[in-house]
Amino acid sequence: MVKEMKQAVPILAAIALVVAVAVVSALAPKDVPPPPLAQLKEQYTKKQNPSVDHSKFPQLQRAFTRPQEVTEACIGCHNGRHLEVMNSNHWRWEREEYIKGRGVVYLGKRNAVNNFCLAAAGNELACAKCHVGYGMESVKTFNFNDPRNIDCLVCHDGTATYAKGQNMGGAPAPSVNLTRVAQSVGRPTRNNCGVCHFYGGGGNNVKHGDLEEAMFEPTREVDVHMAVDGANMQCVDCHTTEKHNIRGQLYSLSSMNRNRVTCEGCHTSTPHEDDLLNEHTLKVACQTCHIPTYAKVNATKTYWDWSTAGRLRDGKPYEEEDAEGNIIYTSLKGTFEWGKNLKPEYVWFNGTAEHYLLGDKVDDPTKPVILNRLNGSYADPDAKIFPVKVMRTKQTFDPVNRTLVALKLFAPKPGEGAFWKDFEWLRAAEVGMKERGLPFSGQISFIETEAYWPLNHMVAPKEKAVACSECHTRNGSRIASLRDFYIPGRDRSPKVDTLGRWLLILTLLGVAAHGGLRAAASIRRRRGG
Amino acid sequence: MKRKRVPIYTGFERFWHWTQAILILFLAFTGFEIHGSYTFFGFEEAVRYHSVAAYLLLALIVFAIFWHFTTGEWQQYVPTLKNIRAQLDYYLFGIFRNAPHPTRKSVLSKLNPLQRITYFSLKVFLIPLAVVSGLLYMFYRYPTRYGIEAINIGSLKFIALAHTVGAFLLVAFVILHVYMTTTGETVFSNLRAMITGYEESEEPATLSSMEGQQA
Repeated sequence: MVKEMKQAVPILAAIALVVAVAVVSALAPKDVPPPPLAQLKEQYTKKQNPSVDHSKFPQLQRAFTRPQEVTEACIGCHNGRHLEVMNSNHWRWEREEYIKGRGVVYLGKRNAVNNFCLAAAGNELACAKCHVGYGMESVKTFNFNDPRNIDCLVCHDGTATYAKGQNMGGAPAPSVNLTRVAQSVGRPTRNNCGVCHFYGGGGNNVKHGDLEEAMFEPTREVDVHMAVDGANMQCVDCHTTEKHNIRGQLYSLSSMNRNRVTCEGCHTSTPHEDDLLNEHTLKVACQTCHIPTYAKVNATKTYWDWSTAGRLRDGKPYEEEDAEGNIIYTSLKGTFEWGKNLKPEYVWFNGTAEHYLLGDKVDDPTKPVILNRLNGSYADPDAKIFPVKVMRTKQTFDPVNRTLVALKLFAPKPGEGAFWKDFEWLRAAEVGMKERGLPFSGQISFIETEAYWPLNHMVAPKEKAVACSECHTRNGSRIASLRDFYIPGRDRSPKVDTLGRWLLILTLLGVAAHGGLRAAASIRRRRGG
Repeated sequence: MKRKRVPIYTGFERFWHWTQAILILFLAFTGFEIHGSYTFFGFEEAVRYHSVAAYLLLALIVFAIFWHFTTGEWQQYVPTLKNIRAQLDYYLFGIFRNAPHPTRKSVLSKLNPLQRITYFSLKVFLIPLAVVSGLLYMFYRYPTRYGIEAINIGSLKFIALAHTVGAFLLVAFVILHVYMTTTGETVFSNLRAMITGYEESEEPATLSSMEGQQA
């Protein structure tokens, strides 16, 4: 037996050596390429120098009276570009989307229902302020094939003086000096994108929460990428554009996982030095940790109650503001709630979304209608935890047809059924639905809705990223609502914990009893001899 | 009766024992913080320390396994039923009557039959449970990362629960183990032996010796 043991020694020694090598190599740092942050910084802080000076072109040395004349001058040199613009979402206000269970639908501002002003269609004169075109009175009558109505200037203005007029169907405000603007054109800056995208919903930061006028000149604390005291990146640095097709999409109006801007595109999917953090990227989106709060500078709208709209004082509409100047009631729209420095809510998201389309029947009117359900779950290998702003609204509903109701809101003058002129619910609903060719029962009630806005901007400096313990904690975890998986620190099996605790208690009691008896016996012995 | 100094534990054994003791206590402390039972280091630091201690323990286990097989010490842990009755009787009754230990400790046989069974279970079931579930805890993502779908582990839940069960059992073992060290010749004689390597005793009459069992 001893002899056999001796023969076994070299074999066992070899096995032990292999195990030791395996452990040591597991401990050794892995060959992770260095994070390309330094290269990225270098690349994106280079100044963009325009290759031409438009103010020198003879075609632009003239007075422009109508904006369409500017567009003609643009197309005169940039021939073919107008075709690209007319093929873009900014122009078409819709795009082809495949939605599971529904097939191919055309989705966009033309036909969408939302939980802000409910719908653009029917209110084009006002809403077309954010259309890259002129003269949109109605999506039904607008000529989407006339390139002269393309608004080149809103995106390419270099003076930051160009502005679209109120309720003018997308035309520039009368005060704009078209010649000066035309001579200044160049690569779009934060100003160009911001004039529309920061004011969606009719005011600063109303819609997104992470895109607002503080982003024109943000500090590093607000947004590390666009910071004027940092990389000073422009929107189009990430939203790269080819043939006027701008990368990036918003899931209030998108369904498919395509043409997205991703953090990983520049930063790779393993950007951390710490492997444990890199492993998180399988299930956690970059945004989840790196956008700890949004609406950092100005408040964003979080709740809207349409049902209180239409109250008048002395027969006139009125407004109320909170201490910070946010409108909390207006007769035109109802009651609002706002939030600043908000913690996002979190959802599983695989890059696809489903949509409530106007006319869809609501199955259960007692539950909030989700206007854009973001798909995903823990079990879905494509899904990651994403931060979202959830917009909650109480909005108009047809309890008989069980559909949401889009109101006719804006009209130039009273008597056309527009709620904002006449304050008559039923008439505004009737006209609004009729303009879309949808039935309306004549009854109106209100229903809760939710819309999910994935957060991508206002990326914080890395020191401000969400700490481990903000999710890995029993109480108040940021992801407390995501229950379909186990994470350490937050989750446990109450059964295992209870059994374990009793095991320890009984062990201690047993030991104490045994020790106590021993002590007692020893004392008795000593006394009794 | 004359006092006798009996060598029991070698230098490596004592190093191994105490290092393992410290690591297991530290792992339990940081582990239950990760579990969410309390906050001391903070989650991030607790995870970091827990991982470092885990690697150290793994390295120690590798050395210990090597030592056990090269020295033949592994045979000390082969369970036996011989004298187990006497040993149980001692802990349940004899110890209160100041009866002598039924088995005697020597360098060739330092474990009584109950200890053999306990440590055998510890080494063959409990520590592997903690180590394997711990390794899976750390590396269960790797199959996914390298795209090997077939060995993909879908959820951390069962790994974590197994690890928690192992932790509770280990802590219970530690409590029991620490108490049992007081059942030697005197309350501290076992502890002293694990520190100095020698057990000092007044030579009693030998009831039984395990030496005969050695191969």
